[in-house]
Amino acid sequence: MSAAALPIRFKPGERVRVRAAHPPGHVRTPSYVRGHCGIVERLCGRYANPEELAYARGGLPAQPLYRVRFAQRELWPDYAGSPGDTVDVELYQHWLEPPGKEHP
Amino acid sequence: MSEHHDHDHPHPVLSDSEDKLSYYQLMEVAVRELLIEKGILTADEVRRQIEDMDGRNAGLGAKMVARAWVDPAYKQRMLTDGNAAAEEVGLDHGAYKLVVVENTPAVHNVIVCTLCSCYPRWLLGLPPDWYKSRNYRSRVVREPRAVLGEFGLRLPDSVAVRVHDSNADMRYLVLPMRPAGTDAWGEERLAGLATRDCMIGVALPDSPQS
Repeated sequence: MSAAALPIRFKPGERVRVRAAHPPGHVRTPSYVRGHCGIVERLCGRYANPEELAYARGGLPAQPLYRVRFAQRELWPDYAGSPGDTVDVELYQHWLEPPGKEHP
Repeated sequence: MSEHHDHDHPHPVLSDSEDKLSYYQLMEVAVRELLIEKGILTADEVRRQIEDMDGRNAGLGAKMVARAWVDPAYKQRMLTDGNAAAEEVGLDHGAYKLVVVENTPAVHNVIVCTLCSCYPRWLLGLPPDWYKSRNYRSRVVREPRAVLGEFGLRLPDSVAVRVHDSNADMRYLVLPMRPAGTDAWGEERLAGLATRDCMIGVALPDSPQS
């Protein structure tokens, strides 16, 4: 990557929150994880921002892309399965922030 | 047998399903014809690409699974770098990065793309219709055990269900556990157990013992 590459903000094992944003356009952050906290499972690499690519722009600088693991019970409070059940979702760095104040 | 009976009445003509093209089907035809007319693609190249896509099937992914079952060092490389492991068995992964997720006695993995229908076509062929259905896509992240149950797969609570949403730039392959009773089996025979649904994670390979 060039010198302009975005710095990596999060490490595997770190707790992160998905921004609770609802911008218009082509977005690859599923609604069901927005506003929720998960644990960074791995860094996948850097990828052009799909929100820009969708409109024929370059999507650069490339965004670090992570896999973030969410407990099912964090996403769905009435989740009926086992407490160990999880969902892993791919999230671009600009959608992630430190967990900050936890929801009550 | 005579094809003809005496007619003085017309039979209704059954309409072909291609009679009415949808908006996107029409657009595809228009763009394809323009590309061919302008010499950017040939009709034969388009045909070859379709033949190639339709020719891919889950046997490709099964080749990787069977190799991982007989070769622990390969399995480790496959879990670390799916693309490199695909190349090792002669498969071309294209632009996407392959993440292989391993089933263990404690974890069962299942793949979905909730946003559209992302799928490792180059390893498994075209996705099944149910994989693209709104029903599967919306429910498997919300109530995976119920959905797996509908496929006939009931897992005990001691096994964590790990759903992977293939929502961006990765593509996923589930590495199932090698069934008991196959110790003497070679790679080719083992590959027959690794079916498409096992590699998506909605089924387990048959065990010759059961």
